[in-house]
Amino acid sequence: MSEVYIAGVGITPAGEHWERSLRELAFAALEAAANDTERLLGGRAPAEALFAANALAGQLSGQAHLGVLIADFAGLRGIEAVNVEAAGASGGAAIRQAYIAVASGQVETALVVGVEKTTDTIGGRVNAATATAGDSDFESVQGATPAALAGLLMQRYLHTYGLEHDVFADFAINAHANAKANPNAMFRNTITRDAYARAGAVADPISMMDVAPECDGAAAIVLTSRPTAVRVVASAQATDTLALHDRPDLLGFDAAQLSAGRAYKTANLGPDEIDLFELFDAYTVFAALSLEAAGFAERGQGWRLAVEGQIGRDRRIPIQTFGGLKARGNPIGATGVYQVAEVALQVRGEAGASQVPNARVGMAQCIGGIGANIVTHILQTA
Amino acid sequence: MEISRHWRLRQQRYGLVGEVCPHCDAKIFPPRDVCPSCSGEAKTPYVFSGKGEVYSYTIVHDPPEGFEANAPYAVALVKLDEGPILTSQLTDVELAEVKIGQRVEMVTRKLREDGDERGMLVYGYKFRPTLATAGA
Ligand SMILES: [Zn+2]
Repeated sequence: MSEVYIAGVGITPAGEHWERSLRELAFAALEAAANDTERLLGGRAPAEALFAANALAGQLSGQAHLGVLIADFAGLRGIEAVNVEAAGASGGAAIRQAYIAVASGQVETALVVGVEKTTDTIGGRVNAATATAGDSDFESVQGATPAALAGLLMQRYLHTYGLEHDVFADFAINAHANAKANPNAMFRNTITRDAYARAGAVADPISMMDVAPECDGAAAIVLTSRPTAVRVVASAQATDTLALHDRPDLLGFDAAQLSAGRAYKTANLGPDEIDLFELFDAYTVFAALSLEAAGFAERGQGWRLAVEGQIGRDRRIPIQTFGGLKARGNPIGATGVYQVAEVALQVRGEAGASQVPNARVGMAQCIGGIGANIVTHILQTA
Repeated sequence: MEISRHWRLRQQRYGLVGEVCPHCDAKIFPPRDVCPSCSGEAKTPYVFSGKGEVYSYTIVHDPPEGFEANAPYAVALVKLDEGPILTSQLTDVELAEVKIGQRVEMVTRKLREDGDERGMLVYGYKFRPTLATAGA
Protein backbone atom coordinates (compact mmCIF):
# COMPACT_ATOMS: atom_id res chain seq x y z
CA MET A 1 0.00 0.00 0.00
CA SER A 2 1.35 3.42 -0.99
CA GLU A 3 0.55 6.58 0.91
CA VAL A 4 -1.66 8.88 -1.16
CA TYR A 5 -1.05 12.61 -1.48
CA ILE A 6 -2.86 15.47 -3.15
CA ALA A 7 -0.76 17.45 -5.61
CA GLY A 8 -2.54 20.19 -7.55
CA VAL A 9 -6.14 21.24 -7.24
CA GLY A 10 -8.21 23.19 -9.76
CA ILE A 11 -11.41 24.99 -8.91
CA THR A 12 -13.50 26.87 -11.48
CA PRO A 13 -16.42 29.18 -10.71
CA ALA A 14 -19.70 27.42 -9.89
CA GLY A 15 -22.69 29.03 -11.58
CA GLU A 16 -24.46 29.35 -14.91
CA HIS A 17 -22.05 28.83 -17.79
CA TRP A 18 -24.26 29.07 -20.85
CA GLU A 19 -21.22 29.68 -23.07
CA ARG A 20 -19.20 26.64 -22.00
CA SER A 21 -19.74 22.94 -22.68
CA LEU A 22 -19.12 19.98 -20.40
CA ARG A 23 -15.75 19.24 -21.97
CA GLU A 24 -14.62 22.87 -21.79
CA LEU A 25 -15.60 23.16 -18.12
CA ALA A 26 -13.77 19.92 -17.27
CA PHE A 27 -10.67 20.94 -19.23
CA ALA A 28 -10.47 24.29 -17.45
CA ALA A 29 -10.45 22.52 -14.08
CA LEU A 30 -7.81 20.01 -15.22
CA GLU A 31 -5.62 22.83 -16.55
CA ALA A 32 -5.89 24.70 -13.27
CA ALA A 33 -4.95 21.54 -11.36
CA ALA A 34 -2.02 20.86 -13.69
CA ASN A 35 -0.70 24.41 -13.22
CA ASP A 36 -1.06 24.05 -9.45
CA THR A 37 0.81 20.73 -9.55
CA GLU A 38 3.61 22.29 -11.60
CA ARG A 39 3.95 25.05 -9.03
CA LEU A 40 4.00 22.57 -6.12
CA LEU A 41 6.23 19.87 -7.58
CA GLY A 42 8.35 21.95 -9.94
CA GLY A 43 7.04 20.06 -12.95
CA ARG A 44 4.01 18.34 -14.42
CA ALA A 45 3.18 14.92 -13.02
CA PRO A 46 2.22 12.64 -15.90
CA ALA A 47 -0.96 10.81 -14.93
CA GLU A 48 -1.77 7.22 -15.84
CA ALA A 49 -5.49 7.34 -15.10
CA LEU A 50 -8.38 9.80 -15.20
CA PHE A 51 -11.52 9.43 -13.10
CA ALA A 52 -14.39 11.68 -14.17
CA ALA A 53 -17.28 12.40 -11.82
CA ASN A 54 -20.62 13.28 -13.34
CA ALA A 55 -24.19 12.40 -12.45
CA LEU A 56 -26.52 13.87 -15.05
CA ALA A 57 -24.90 14.49 -18.44
CA GLY A 58 -26.54 11.43 -19.98
CA GLN A 59 -29.96 12.79 -19.07
CA LEU A 60 -29.47 16.55 -19.39
CA SER A 61 -26.95 16.85 -22.21
CA GLY A 62 -27.46 13.55 -24.04
CA GLN A 63 -23.80 12.80 -23.36
CA ALA A 64 -22.52 9.77 -21.50
CA HIS A 65 -19.01 8.22 -21.56
CA LEU A 66 -17.40 11.27 -19.95
CA GLY A 67 -14.13 9.53 -19.16
CA VAL A 68 -13.28 9.47 -22.85
CA LEU A 69 -14.98 12.80 -23.69
CA ILE A 70 -12.75 14.60 -21.21
CA ALA A 71 -9.54 12.62 -21.78
CA ASP A 72 -9.81 13.17 -25.53
CA PHE A 73 -10.52 16.91 -25.26
CA ALA A 74 -7.75 17.39 -22.69
CA GLY A 75 -5.13 15.88 -25.00
CA LEU A 76 -4.79 12.72 -22.92
CA ARG A 77 -5.70 10.22 -25.64
CA GLY A 78 -4.66 6.72 -24.62
CA ILE A 79 -4.97 7.27 -20.87
CA GLU A 80 -7.07 4.89 -18.75
CA ALA A 81 -10.32 6.79 -18.11
CA VAL A 82 -13.76 6.11 -16.70
CA ASN A 83 -16.74 8.07 -15.37
CA VAL A 84 -17.93 7.43 -11.83
CA GLU A 85 -21.62 7.97 -11.08
CA ALA A 86 -22.99 7.96 -7.55
CA ALA A 87 -25.56 10.79 -7.79
CA GLY A 88 -24.51 13.66 -5.47
CA ALA A 89 -21.65 11.52 -4.17
CA SER A 90 -20.10 11.06 -7.63
CA GLY A 91 -17.21 13.42 -6.86
CA GLY A 92 -16.23 11.70 -3.64
CA ALA A 93 -16.72 8.28 -5.20
CA ALA A 94 -14.40 9.17 -8.09
CA ILE A 95 -11.76 10.39 -5.62
CA ARG A 96 -12.19 7.14 -3.70
CA GLN A 97 -11.58 5.13 -6.89
CA ALA A 98 -8.49 7.20 -7.68
CA TYR A 99 -7.30 6.75 -4.09
CA ILE A 100 -7.62 2.97 -4.38
CA ALA A 101 -5.74 3.02 -7.70
CA VAL A 102 -2.84 5.04 -6.25
CA ALA A 103 -2.76 3.27 -2.88
CA SER A 104 -2.62 -0.12 -4.59
CA GLY A 105 0.43 0.88 -6.57
CA GLN A 106 -1.32 0.23 -9.89
CA VAL A 107 -1.09 3.93 -10.70
CA GLU A 108 1.44 6.50 -9.50
CA THR A 109 -0.61 9.57 -10.38
CA ALA A 110 -4.35 9.83 -11.09
CA LEU A 111 -6.49 12.76 -12.16
CA VAL A 112 -9.98 13.30 -10.82
CA VAL A 113 -12.26 15.78 -12.52
CA GLY A 114 -15.83 16.45 -11.49
CA VAL A 115 -18.08 18.25 -13.95
CA GLU A 116 -21.79 18.96 -14.12
CA LYS A 117 -24.00 21.03 -16.40
CA THR A 118 -27.53 21.61 -15.17
CA THR A 119 -28.35 24.78 -17.11
CA ASP A 120 -28.73 23.20 -20.55
CA THR A 121 -32.36 22.43 -19.76
CA ILE A 122 -35.37 23.60 -17.78
CA GLY A 123 -36.29 23.14 -14.12
CA GLY A 124 -38.91 20.39 -14.39
CA ARG A 125 -36.57 18.24 -16.44
CA VAL A 126 -33.69 18.83 -14.01
CA ASN A 127 -35.98 17.78 -11.15
CA ALA A 128 -36.96 14.63 -13.04
CA ALA A 129 -33.27 13.90 -13.69
CA THR A 130 -32.13 14.41 -10.10
CA ALA A 131 -35.09 12.28 -8.95
CA THR A 132 -33.51 9.30 -10.72
CA ALA A 133 -31.10 9.13 -7.76
CA GLY A 134 -34.03 7.85 -5.68
CA ASP A 135 -36.15 4.73 -6.14
CA SER A 136 -37.73 5.25 -9.53
CA ASP A 137 -40.48 2.64 -9.09
CA PHE A 138 -41.54 3.58 -5.55
CA GLU A 139 -40.46 7.19 -4.89
CA SER A 140 -40.04 9.15 -8.11
CA VAL A 141 -43.25 7.71 -9.61
CA GLN A 142 -45.13 9.50 -6.82
CA GLY A 143 -43.67 12.88 -7.83
CA ALA A 144 -41.17 12.76 -4.99
CA THR A 145 -38.17 14.90 -5.97
CA PRO A 146 -34.98 14.95 -3.88
CA ALA A 147 -36.24 18.20 -2.31
CA ALA A 148 -39.53 16.47 -1.44
CA LEU A 149 -37.70 13.56 0.18
CA ALA A 150 -35.51 16.00 2.10
CA GLY A 151 -38.74 17.75 3.12
CA LEU A 152 -40.06 14.47 4.53
CA LEU A 153 -36.82 14.10 6.46
CA MET A 154 -36.88 17.66 7.81
CA GLN A 155 -40.57 17.42 8.78
CA ARG A 156 -39.86 14.27 10.77
CA TYR A 157 -36.77 15.88 12.36
CA LEU A 158 -38.80 18.89 13.52
CA HIS A 159 -41.62 16.63 14.78
CA THR A 160 -39.34 14.19 16.60
CA TYR A 161 -37.26 16.82 18.36
CA GLY A 162 -40.05 19.37 18.87
CA LEU A 163 -38.41 22.18 16.89
CA GLU A 164 -39.45 25.05 14.61
CA HIS A 165 -38.17 25.50 11.06
CA ASP A 166 -35.98 28.50 11.91
CA VAL A 167 -33.47 26.33 13.80
CA PHE A 168 -31.96 25.65 10.36
CA ALA A 169 -31.55 29.34 9.41
CA ASP A 170 -27.94 29.66 10.54
CA PHE A 171 -26.74 26.97 8.16
CA ALA A 172 -27.89 29.12 5.22
CA ILE A 173 -26.66 32.34 6.84
CA ASN A 174 -23.20 30.87 7.56
CA ALA A 175 -22.86 29.55 4.00
CA HIS A 176 -23.57 32.93 2.44
CA ALA A 177 -21.37 34.77 4.93
CA ASN A 178 -18.43 32.48 4.11
CA ALA A 179 -19.00 32.65 0.35
CA LYS A 180 -18.26 36.39 0.34
CA ALA A 181 -14.53 35.59 0.41
CA ASN A 182 -14.75 32.99 -2.38
CA PRO A 183 -14.56 34.37 -5.93
CA ASN A 184 -15.69 30.95 -7.27
CA ALA A 185 -18.96 31.01 -5.31
CA MET A 186 -22.28 31.34 -7.09
CA PHE A 187 -23.91 33.55 -4.43
CA ARG A 188 -22.05 36.08 -2.29
CA ASN A 189 -25.06 37.97 -0.93
CA THR A 190 -25.91 38.16 2.74
CA ILE A 191 -28.93 36.25 4.02
CA THR A 192 -30.78 37.72 6.96
CA ARG A 193 -32.89 35.82 9.46
CA ASP A 194 -35.89 37.74 8.13
CA ALA A 195 -35.18 36.73 4.53
CA TYR A 196 -34.85 33.12 5.67
CA ALA A 197 -38.24 33.29 7.38
CA ARG A 198 -39.92 34.80 4.29
CA ALA A 199 -38.41 32.49 1.65
CA GLY A 200 -40.85 30.72 -0.67
CA ALA A 201 -41.66 27.05 -0.13
CA VAL A 202 -40.04 24.39 -2.30
CA ALA A 203 -41.17 21.26 -0.44
CA ASP A 204 -42.52 22.26 2.99
CA PRO A 205 -40.94 22.70 5.41
CA ILE A 206 -38.03 23.13 3.00
CA SER A 207 -37.86 26.62 1.52
CA MET A 208 -35.67 28.16 -1.14
CA MET A 209 -33.23 29.14 1.62
CA ASP A 210 -32.81 25.51 2.67
CA VAL A 211 -31.91 24.23 -0.80
CA ALA A 212 -28.49 24.59 -2.39
CA PRO A 213 -28.77 25.83 -5.98
CA GLU A 214 -27.98 23.24 -8.64
CA CYS A 215 -25.54 24.72 -11.15
CA ASP A 216 -22.73 24.17 -13.62
CA GLY A 217 -19.16 23.71 -12.50
CA ALA A 218 -15.97 21.69 -12.62
CA ALA A 219 -13.15 20.97 -10.19
CA ALA A 220 -10.13 18.72 -10.40
CA ILE A 221 -7.51 17.22 -8.12
CA VAL A 222 -4.34 15.26 -8.71
CA LEU A 223 -3.71 12.24 -6.47
CA THR A 224 -0.21 10.81 -6.38
CA SER A 225 2.10 8.59 -4.37
CA ARG A 226 4.79 11.29 -4.69
CA PRO A 227 4.90 13.10 -1.33
CA THR A 228 3.36 16.58 -1.25
CA ALA A 229 2.21 18.89 1.52
CA VAL A 230 -1.19 17.19 1.87
CA ARG A 231 -1.78 13.52 2.63
CA VAL A 232 -5.09 11.70 2.26
CA VAL A 233 -5.27 9.96 5.64
CA ALA A 234 -8.69 8.38 5.11
CA SER A 235 -11.00 7.49 2.25
CA ALA A 236 -14.26 5.70 3.05
CA GLN A 237 -17.63 5.04 1.51
CA ALA A 238 -20.86 3.54 2.86
CA THR A 239 -24.39 2.93 1.62
CA ASP A 240 -27.90 2.86 3.08
CA THR A 241 -31.24 1.81 1.59
CA LEU A 242 -31.90 3.52 -1.74
CA ALA A 243 -35.40 4.61 -0.70
CA LEU A 244 -35.81 6.85 2.33
CA HIS A 245 -38.95 4.94 3.39
CA ASP A 246 -37.01 1.69 3.84
CA ARG A 247 -34.85 3.04 6.69
CA PRO A 248 -35.70 1.58 10.12
CA ASP A 249 -34.11 4.70 11.67
CA LEU A 250 -35.00 7.63 9.43
CA LEU A 251 -32.98 10.24 11.33
CA GLY A 252 -29.91 8.08 11.96
CA PHE A 253 -28.20 8.98 8.66
CA ASP A 254 -26.58 5.56 9.05
CA ALA A 255 -24.39 5.76 5.94
CA ALA A 256 -22.88 9.01 7.23
CA GLN A 257 -22.12 7.35 10.57
CA LEU A 258 -20.60 4.32 8.85
CA SER A 259 -18.63 6.38 6.34
CA ALA A 260 -17.26 8.84 8.93
CA GLY A 261 -16.64 5.99 11.39
CA ARG A 262 -14.58 4.07 8.84
CA ALA A 263 -12.64 7.24 7.99
CA TYR A 264 -11.90 8.01 11.66
CA LYS A 265 -10.74 4.43 12.20
CA THR A 266 -8.38 4.49 9.19
CA ALA A 267 -6.93 7.85 10.16
CA ASN A 268 -6.87 7.00 13.86
CA LEU A 269 -8.58 10.32 14.51
CA GLY A 270 -11.84 11.45 16.07
CA PRO A 271 -14.16 14.41 15.62
CA ASP A 272 -12.25 16.44 18.23
CA GLU A 273 -9.19 16.42 15.98
CA ILE A 274 -10.98 17.66 12.86
CA ASP A 275 -10.22 21.37 12.21
CA LEU A 276 -12.89 21.84 9.54
CA PHE A 277 -15.68 19.75 8.01
CA GLU A 278 -16.89 20.34 4.47
CA LEU A 279 -20.26 18.67 4.81
CA PHE A 280 -22.88 18.21 2.10
CA ASP A 281 -25.49 20.90 2.78
CA ALA A 282 -27.64 20.23 -0.30
CA TYR A 283 -30.46 20.84 2.21
CA THR A 284 -29.96 22.53 5.58
CA VAL A 285 -31.33 19.44 7.35
CA PHE A 286 -28.45 17.41 5.86
CA ALA A 287 -26.00 19.72 7.65
CA ALA A 288 -27.62 19.01 11.03
CA LEU A 289 -27.82 15.26 10.41
CA SER A 290 -24.21 15.08 9.13
CA LEU A 291 -22.88 16.90 12.20
CA GLU A 292 -24.73 14.39 14.37
CA ALA A 293 -23.71 11.32 12.38
CA ALA A 294 -20.05 12.37 12.26
CA GLY A 295 -19.93 12.81 16.02
CA PHE A 296 -19.89 16.59 16.37
CA ALA A 297 -23.27 16.68 18.13
CA GLU A 298 -25.63 14.32 19.90
CA ARG A 299 -28.70 13.09 18.02
CA GLY A 300 -31.23 15.84 17.54
CA GLN A 301 -28.68 18.50 18.50
CA GLY A 302 -26.87 19.21 15.22
CA TRP A 303 -28.86 22.41 14.64
CA ARG A 304 -27.65 23.72 17.98
CA LEU A 305 -24.06 24.09 16.72
CA ALA A 306 -25.38 26.51 14.08
CA VAL A 307 -27.72 28.42 16.38
CA GLU A 308 -24.95 28.78 18.99
CA GLY A 309 -22.48 30.14 16.44
CA GLN A 310 -20.10 27.15 16.56
CA ILE A 311 -19.81 26.62 12.77
CA GLY A 312 -18.02 29.83 11.73
CA ARG A 313 -14.50 29.78 10.29
CA ASP A 314 -12.84 30.51 13.62
CA ARG A 315 -15.20 28.51 15.82
CA ARG A 316 -15.46 24.97 17.16
CA ILE A 317 -16.24 23.14 13.93
CA PRO A 318 -16.02 25.31 10.81
CA ILE A 319 -18.28 24.12 7.99
CA GLN A 320 -19.09 25.54 4.52
CA THR A 321 -15.77 27.41 4.67
CA PHE A 322 -15.94 28.44 0.99
CA GLY A 323 -19.72 28.84 1.07
CA GLY A 324 -20.79 25.21 1.13
CA LEU A 325 -23.24 23.87 -1.40
CA LYS A 326 -25.76 26.52 -0.39
CA ALA A 327 -23.70 29.53 -1.54
CA ARG A 328 -20.77 28.17 -3.54
CA GLY A 329 -23.39 26.26 -5.52
CA ASN A 330 -24.09 22.56 -6.07
CA PRO A 331 -22.74 21.25 -9.38
CA ILE A 332 -24.05 17.85 -8.34
CA GLY A 333 -21.59 15.25 -9.59
CA ALA A 334 -18.69 17.71 -9.32
CA THR A 335 -19.47 18.89 -5.80
CA GLY A 336 -17.49 16.20 -4.00
CA VAL A 337 -14.36 17.24 -5.92
CA TYR A 338 -14.92 20.91 -5.03
CA GLN A 339 -15.15 19.90 -1.37
CA VAL A 340 -11.89 17.94 -1.30
CA ALA A 341 -10.09 20.64 -3.31
CA GLU A 342 -11.30 23.24 -0.79
CA VAL A 343 -10.15 21.13 2.16
CA ALA A 344 -6.75 20.67 0.47
CA LEU A 345 -6.37 24.46 0.19
CA GLN A 346 -7.35 24.82 3.85
CA VAL A 347 -4.82 22.34 5.22
CA ARG A 348 -2.12 23.77 2.92
CA GLY A 349 -2.81 27.18 4.45
CA GLU A 350 -3.58 28.54 0.96
CA ALA A 351 -7.26 29.29 1.38
CA GLY A 352 -6.70 33.06 1.31
CA ALA A 353 -9.55 35.06 2.79
CA SER A 354 -11.42 31.77 3.35
CA GLN A 355 -8.65 30.37 5.55
CA VAL A 356 -9.56 28.53 8.76
CA PRO A 357 -6.86 29.52 11.28
CA ASN A 358 -4.30 26.75 11.93
CA ALA A 359 -6.13 24.16 9.87
CA ARG A 360 -4.12 20.92 9.72
CA VAL A 361 -6.82 18.24 9.49
CA GLY A 362 -9.89 18.63 7.32
CA MET A 363 -12.77 16.31 6.45
CA ALA A 364 -14.98 16.32 3.36
CA GLN A 365 -18.17 14.32 3.01
CA CYS A 366 -20.50 14.08 0.05
CA ILE A 367 -23.92 12.48 -0.23
CA GLY A 368 -25.70 10.68 -3.03
CA GLY A 369 -29.48 10.56 -2.81
CA ILE A 370 -31.07 11.24 0.57
CA GLY A 371 -28.15 9.84 2.55
CA ALA A 372 -28.02 6.65 0.47
CA ASN A 373 -24.36 6.81 -0.54
CA ILE A 374 -21.85 8.75 1.52
CA VAL A 375 -18.15 9.25 0.88
CA THR A 376 -15.77 10.71 3.46
CA HIS A 377 -12.18 11.87 2.99
CA ILE A 378 -9.82 13.20 5.64
CA LEU A 379 -6.79 15.27 4.57
CA GLN A 380 -3.90 16.16 6.79
CA THR A 381 -0.87 18.43 6.47
CA ALA A 382 1.94 16.02 5.66
CA MET B 1 -41.00 5.19 -19.41
CA GLU B 2 -41.77 1.75 -20.77
CA ILE B 3 -45.17 0.12 -20.70
CA SER B 4 -43.69 -3.22 -19.61
CA ARG B 5 -42.21 -1.63 -16.55
CA HIS B 6 -45.56 -0.35 -15.29
CA TRP B 7 -47.22 -3.63 -16.20
CA ARG B 8 -44.61 -5.51 -14.16
CA LEU B 9 -45.48 -3.45 -11.09
CA ARG B 10 -49.27 -3.69 -11.45
CA GLN B 11 -49.77 -5.88 -8.35
CA GLN B 12 -47.95 -3.34 -6.20
CA ARG B 13 -49.47 -0.26 -7.83
CA TYR B 14 -53.10 -1.50 -7.75
CA GLY B 15 -53.14 -4.11 -5.02
CA LEU B 16 -50.39 -3.23 -2.50
CA VAL B 17 -49.08 -6.76 -2.85
CA GLY B 18 -45.91 -7.19 -0.85
CA GLU B 19 -44.42 -10.14 0.94
CA VAL B 20 -44.40 -11.81 4.34
CA CYS B 21 -41.25 -13.41 5.71
CA PRO B 22 -41.76 -17.11 6.47
CA HIS B 23 -38.95 -16.97 9.04
CA CYS B 24 -39.78 -13.93 11.20
CA ASP B 25 -43.26 -12.90 9.96
CA ALA B 26 -42.07 -9.41 8.96
CA LYS B 27 -44.35 -7.77 6.38
CA ILE B 28 -42.45 -6.34 3.42
CA PHE B 29 -43.43 -3.62 0.94
CA PRO B 30 -42.36 -3.17 -1.77
CA PRO B 31 -41.38 -6.82 -2.32
CA ARG B 32 -37.65 -7.40 -2.25
CA ASP B 33 -37.36 -11.19 -1.79
CA VAL B 34 -34.76 -10.79 1.00
CA CYS B 35 -36.25 -9.98 4.41
CA PRO B 36 -34.90 -6.64 5.69
CA SER B 37 -35.39 -7.85 9.28
CA CYS B 38 -33.70 -11.28 9.27
CA SER B 39 -32.06 -11.44 5.79
CA GLY B 40 -33.88 -14.72 5.11
CA GLU B 41 -35.51 -15.48 1.80
CA ALA B 42 -39.02 -14.01 1.72
CA LYS B 43 -41.08 -14.63 -1.38
CA THR B 44 -44.54 -15.34 0.05
CA PRO B 45 -47.02 -12.79 -1.34
CA TYR B 46 -48.92 -10.72 1.20
CA VAL B 47 -51.74 -8.28 0.48
CA PHE B 48 -51.65 -5.17 2.64
CA SER B 49 -54.85 -3.67 4.04
CA GLY B 50 -54.12 -0.23 2.63
CA LYS B 51 -54.68 1.37 6.04
CA GLY B 52 -52.06 3.42 7.79
CA GLU B 53 -51.03 6.79 9.11
CA VAL B 54 -48.95 9.75 7.99
CA TYR B 55 -45.40 9.32 9.33
CA SER B 56 -44.09 12.47 7.62
CA TYR B 57 -45.27 14.73 4.79
CA THR B 58 -44.24 17.54 2.48
CA ILE B 59 -46.02 19.83 0.05
CA VAL B 60 -44.28 19.87 -3.34
CA HIS B 61 -44.26 23.30 -5.04
CA ASP B 62 -41.46 22.61 -7.52
CA PRO B 63 -42.56 19.46 -9.38
CA PRO B 64 -40.62 17.29 -11.78
CA GLU B 65 -41.61 16.98 -15.42
CA GLY B 66 -44.88 15.07 -15.72
CA PHE B 67 -46.33 16.31 -12.42
CA GLU B 68 -46.74 20.03 -13.16
CA ALA B 69 -50.52 19.85 -13.46
CA ASN B 70 -50.90 18.51 -9.91
CA ALA B 71 -48.68 21.00 -8.08
CA PRO B 72 -48.82 21.88 -5.29
CA TYR B 73 -49.40 18.35 -4.03
CA ALA B 74 -48.73 16.45 -0.81
CA VAL B 75 -46.26 13.56 -0.65
CA ALA B 76 -46.20 11.50 2.54
CA LEU B 77 -44.36 8.69 4.19
CA VAL B 78 -47.27 6.43 5.08
CA LYS B 79 -46.70 3.90 7.85
CA LEU B 80 -48.90 0.93 6.99
CA ASP B 81 -50.68 -0.76 9.91
CA GLU B 82 -48.72 -3.93 9.12
CA GLY B 83 -45.40 -2.10 9.67
CA PRO B 84 -43.67 -0.99 6.47
CA ILE B 85 -43.45 2.66 5.40
CA LEU B 86 -44.02 3.69 1.79
CA THR B 87 -43.90 6.95 -0.16
CA SER B 88 -47.20 8.13 -1.60
CA GLN B 89 -49.02 11.21 -2.76
CA LEU B 90 -51.97 12.18 -0.62
CA THR B 91 -55.22 12.94 -2.42
CA ASP B 92 -58.68 14.28 -1.56
CA VAL B 93 -57.11 16.31 1.24
CA GLU B 94 -56.78 19.97 2.22
CA LEU B 95 -53.02 20.58 2.02
CA ALA B 96 -53.09 22.82 5.09
CA GLU B 97 -54.71 20.06 7.15
CA VAL B 98 -52.20 17.27 6.59
CA LYS B 99 -50.69 16.14 9.90
CA ILE B 100 -48.27 13.56 11.19
CA GLY B 101 -50.34 10.75 12.74
CA GLN B 102 -53.35 11.35 10.47
CA ARG B 103 -55.17 8.13 9.48
CA VAL B 104 -55.11 7.42 5.74
CA GLU B 105 -56.27 4.71 3.35
CA MET B 106 -55.24 3.61 -0.12
CA VAL B 107 -57.10 4.59 -3.27
CA THR B 108 -56.19 4.17 -6.95
CA ARG B 109 -55.57 7.34 -8.92
CA LYS B 110 -53.71 8.66 -11.93
CA LEU B 111 -50.10 9.23 -10.82
CA ARG B 112 -48.75 11.12 -13.80
CA GLU B 113 -48.98 11.64 -17.50
CA ASP B 114 -45.84 10.07 -18.76
CA GLY B 115 -43.37 12.16 -20.66
CA ASP B 116 -43.27 10.08 -23.80
CA GLU B 117 -44.86 11.09 -27.11
CA ARG B 118 -47.77 8.69 -26.53
CA GLY B 119 -48.76 10.59 -23.38
CA MET B 120 -49.25 7.30 -21.55
CA LEU B 121 -51.08 7.51 -18.23
CA VAL B 122 -49.69 5.84 -15.13
CA TYR B 123 -52.14 4.72 -12.44
CA GLY B 124 -51.31 3.54 -8.95
CA TYR B 125 -51.86 4.00 -5.25
CA LYS B 126 -52.37 7.27 -3.47
CA PHE B 127 -53.65 7.69 0.08
CA ARG B 128 -56.53 9.81 1.33
CA PRO B 129 -57.76 10.68 4.82
CA THR B 130 -59.74 7.74 6.22
CA LEU B 131 -63.43 8.49 5.86
CA ALA B 132 -65.23 8.65 9.19
CA THR B 133 -67.65 5.73 9.51
CA ALA B 134 -70.29 5.09 12.15
CA GLY B 135 -68.87 3.11 15.04
CA ALA B 136 -65.35 3.38 13.73
ZN1 LIG C 1 -37.56 -12.20 8.20
